[in-house]
Parts: sequence; C-alpha cells; structure tokens
Amino acid sequence: MVSIGLILNRNAVVNYLLVVGYLALLITTTVYEYINQGITQLVYFTSDSLGLLMLIAMTIVSIPAFYYGYRFIATRNDAPHARGLFFAAMVMLITSCCMAYLSNHIAVTWIFVEITTLSASVLIYHNRSMRALEGVWKYVFLCAISITFIYIGILFLSLSLKSAGVGEMSFKVLYENHHNLNVFWLKLAFLFIFTGFTAKMGLVPMYTAGIDAKDKAPAPAGALLASVLMNVGFVGIYRVYAIVAHTPLKGWANSVIIIVGLLSVFVAAVYMTRIKNIKRLFAYSGIEHMGLVVLGLAAGGVGVYAAILHIILHTFIKPTLFFQFNQIYTIYQSKSVYDLGNYFRYYKTGAFVVLLGFLSATAMPPSGLFVSEFMIFQSLFQSHYVVLLVVVLLLLTLIIWGFGVNIFKLLFTPTGQINEDKLPYISPWESLPQFVLLALSVYLAYNPPAEFVVLIQESVKLVQ
Amino acid sequence: MTDILLIALAMTLLYMSIADRLQTYLYILVLQGLILFGTTYLTLTDVSTLNLLLVLLETIVFKAIAVPWFMNYLIKRNKITRVTEPYLPNFVSLIIVTLIIVSTIILSGSIEDKNLDKTFFVVALSTLFTGLYLVVSRKKIISHVVGYLVIENGVFVLSLAIGNEMPMLLNLGIMLDIFASVLILGVFFNKIGDVIRDPDVNLLTNLKD
Repeated sequence: MVSIGLILNRNAVVNYLLVVGYLALLITTTVYEYINQGITQLVYFTSDSLGLLMLIAMTIVSIPAFYYGYRFIATRNDAPHARGLFFAAMVMLITSCCMAYLSNHIAVTWIFVEITTLSASVLIYHNRSMRALEGVWKYVFLCAISITFIYIGILFLSLSLKSAGVGEMSFKVLYENHHNLNVFWLKLAFLFIFTGFTAKMGLVPMYTAGIDAKDKAPAPAGALLASVLMNVGFVGIYRVYAIVAHTPLKGWANSVIIIVGLLSVFVAAVYMTRIKNIKRLFAYSGIEHMGLVVLGLAAGGVGVYAAILHIILHTFIKPTLFFQFNQIYTIYQSKSVYDLGNYFRYYKTGAFVVLLGFLSATAMPPSGLFVSEFMIFQSLFQSHYVVLLVVVLLLLTLIIWGFGVNIFKLLFTPTGQINEDKLPYISPWESLPQFVLLALSVYLAYNPPAEFVVLIQESVKLVQ
Repeated sequence: MTDILLIALAMTLLYMSIADRLQTYLYILVLQGLILFGTTYLTLTDVSTLNLLLVLLETIVFKAIAVPWFMNYLIKRNKITRVTEPYLPNFVSLIIVTLIIVSTIILSGSIEDKNLDKTFFVVALSTLFTGLYLVVSRKKIISHVVGYLVIENGVFVLSLAIGNEMPMLLNLGIMLDIFASVLILGVFFNKIGDVIRDPDVNLLTNLKD
C-alpha cells in the first residue's frame, strides 16, 4: 500500500512522510511479532525464533538504509517519478523479505522470494545506464532460473511427501513427517532447492548475478541486497536443511554443503586478491562470509549456533561498508581503487568507519565476527574436518591480504587525481549510524543479551 | 493419447536444436503450447472445473498466443536479425539433445517409484535440460529467452504429473510462468530495445572482474 502511494505520488514531502510512516509500521510489526512469538497469523505466517531474529536484524538495518537512501536521492537530480519508484522498491523489498522470513509454508516463501527479485531489479536499474541494464538483465535472468529450480525442488518434495500420504506442505508438517519421506525424492528436492537459494544467499553456483547487482545498485540498496536479501536465502536453505537433517540424508547433505561452502570461500579469495573495484570487493567479502556460514551449518554442534550468530553480525557489518561507500563516492567520484587514496586526509570520520569496518569484516578482534568465526573453526575441528579447516584458514589469509591491500590504499596512499580545493564537505555526524551498527555487532558478540541467546538456541533446535 | 502428445513434445525439442531461424523457434513455442493444452486437458481429471479452466487458459492464451506474439513483435520492432547464431553446428546440437533425451530415459529407468508416471518424468527432464542447453549455446539474448521458455514448459510438464493431487502447486507453476515471463519480456526486454538497437548478448559483457 505504502509502495503504491510512493509510486503514484510525486511530491517529495509526501514521499518522505510515507517512508517514515512505513518505518513506524515496520517497527510496530517487529515488536508485535516479538510479543506474539510462536503464534501463527494469517494461516501462513508464524513468528518463530529464526524468522524473528532475521526480522529484528532487518528492522535495525532498514532505518539507516532509508536514511542513506534519502541522502543519496537528495544529492541527485532524479525525476520525482524515479525517486518515488526507488523508495517504493525499497519498501517492497523489505516487506517481501519480512514475509519470507516469517512464512511457515515453503510455497509462500517461494512467492515472496519472487517478489524480492522484482523489487531488487527496480533498485538495480535506478541509474538507467547501459551497465545498470546489463546488471539487471543478468540478475533477472539468473534469478528467474533460480526460482524455477526452487519450484522444481518443491515439486520433488511433494513427490517425496506422496509416499508419506500427506497433502500439506507447511514446514511444520514436513518436520513431523520426516521419517516417512521418500529419501530419493528428498535428495533431489534438497539439491534443487539448495541450488536455487544460492542465487539469493550468494554461494557458489549462482553467486555471480548478486555481485553485479550489488555493484550496480545505489549503495543504500546494495547494502540491503548484501545483507537482508542474503538472509532470505539463508532462511530458505536453513528450513529445508532442517528437514533433511532429521533423515538419513544428513551426512550426504553436509558434504554437499561443505563443498559449496569451500568453493565459495575459494572464489571469494581468488577475486578479492585481484579486483580493483571497491564495491565489488565488499560484495565478494559477503560471498566469503556466506561460505563460512554454511560451513558452520554443515559442521554441526556449536557450528550451527555460530552460523546464525555469524550471519546476524554480518547483517550489521556489511551494510556499514556499503553506506560508507556513498561518502567515498561523493569525494572521489569513482569506485576504482586506482583513483582512491588518502581518505584519512579528506574525511577523517569516514576513514575510521572504513578501518573499523575492515577489521570487522575480516574478523579480527575486537570484531564481533571474530567470536562467531572462531566458533565455526572450533566446530570444524571437533567434527574432524582438519584438512578443510587448514585450507579455509589459508584462503582467509589470502582474503585478508587482498582486502587489506585495497583498503589501506584507500586510507593512506596519497593520490594525485583529486582536486583538493573543491572537496565537498561531509558532516561527521553523517557517519554516526555506521558507528552504531559496528558497535552493535561487537556488543552482540561479546555481551549478548539473554533474549538474543535464547532466540538463537531456539533456532538451533530446528536442526538438532 | 497423453503419451503421444508428450512424445511429440520431445520431438519438437529435436527440431528446435536444428532450427536456424528465430521465427521457427516461435512456431515451435506455439506448437508446444498447444501440446501442453491437450496434455493438460487429458491429464487433469480430478481438479475442480474452475482450476482446470485457469490452467487451460494459461496454456493456450499465455504459452501459445501471447508470448510468441509478443516476441515476434519485439523481433520486428528491434530489427533483430533472423538467424539464431548458435555457437555449435546444428549437427552437434542434434546429437547433444538426443543424448540428453537418452540419458533421461536411462535415469528414469533406475527409479523405482510407482507414484510417478515415467513418461512425464522423462519428457519434463529432457525439456528442462534442452532449455538449459539452448541458453548456453546460443548467442542472442532473445534465444536465451526462448531457452528459458522451454525450461518453463518442461517444469510445467513435471507439475502436471502431480497436478491431480496438489492443484496448489499447479497454480504456483502458473504464477511462475506469468511472473517470470512478464518480468523478463515485458518490463525488461522492452527497455533493452530502447537502449541498444541490436540486442546481442555480446554487448552485455562489460560487467566482470
């Protein structure tokens, strides 16, 4: 409703009022769902612990996302229509992610995953350029194939249900009937659904479109694509994995996931050591973290807890870097590392954000990700994947090197390309939300509130 | 009768692998839509009349008329050259598609499940993989779209196999068809025509690392 209003209305003030109204609505919904935990609403939506965790994380990230979206639009001379469309697509993306988190039926999740593709493609095409067109074409085509894969997976899942004699496909019924499912069809179903969701989550077979999308979308939208949309993929994979984890297929599924996770980290390492586009660098860092998350999931034990913690902390850290990118771009008008440099001199506050964000994203203490990553390694060690662990650690070292070279070039190396007289002034206060997000990720990792831990433990129970 | 129609569908795939002109692709898509219409009518005996009508409408109006017509319009308006421009010679394509069909038959032979009609499974999977093959082996963006539509037809056949028990999934499949085609063709391909005169996939290769 709000998004339709945003499309139709061309007045700036009304647009911003609608967005603020939507944020209030989103926060109210989150609080309402938190109070009514575990209760099913509108038949297809249940606020279980996993969905709730993701919803809360998304609400926290969406507030700065709208703020930076507003800053982004304010600095450009877009047509009123384009501005309305931009906010409408953000509203639609966030709403459909929210529904996908909370849905208790695999078909409903699938429908909302479709809608996220639609709204994301509007955001990617915001710049109306040739490159943006290419990005959106690749994204739409790959996502169309990926949702077809998920659909085929759902068909196979229904075949495996047939032998159990159940005609209902909600996750709850699937969990309850896990011992009656036909193993062969379940295997195929898991393979197809997993492959399909990798396009959203950013794992190996279908990660490519997501990279172009995050590169081409305006940075505030890229921040959403790199965090909340990846969580949609994770929720989808996690819920299906929770079914498989109770069947004899668990070992097989784990090995599939480990291969995918390792390849994702490998791909991230290969690209991060050689690309020179700072925005794509951030996007590939997301691929690396998603690889680690699924490795934790497959290792089991404490790894599952760590995986959920990791993805939530990542939801706060990655948008920070994307939000900061807007300020970098304001100063340098470029995203190639060759044109960037000496950021500490031009915008000190932003440089601190980049430095802290870099430390956070590479999981160096005191980063929050250090805790979760350490737990993932611990779980890999405990489940006797020692060789895998060594390989992953080597790849991570490469990633830190590749990431670090580019980030330190941005921060410290002087560049001759910039006209120092015409530097735009950016208020230090503009970076405040980024510090808040980073601080939140550290706080949640080292001193987690009891409710937060309980929610994660409840979600872990789904697979164990 | 259903079997004959399904086998005819598999034969269109062979023809598609050697087709030289985009126009031929469109005719085959129309034919596939009609075949699916017939199959749907014969297969879905247990669903409610309203649902059956919906599915039939989707196959005939959407698959057989609207989409091919719209693609024809796009080809004319954007003055796309009429040759399909495959990367591989037609003979090789023919062999590959034949191999796809044979291997799905062998695969289905290894499945022991009385719940599933094997013909549906074989035709669906071979249509699916042929569609994927068309996507990777053709140069033009519009042939990629044709490949995607073939994939959708394959998925539709698969959903027919279980349509009687779970009509909801069938409706989902229709949603997928309409959603993806509208997204890919309608909103988007129009724009490509505006920005580039000759929608060749080679023009869209700048984004890489």
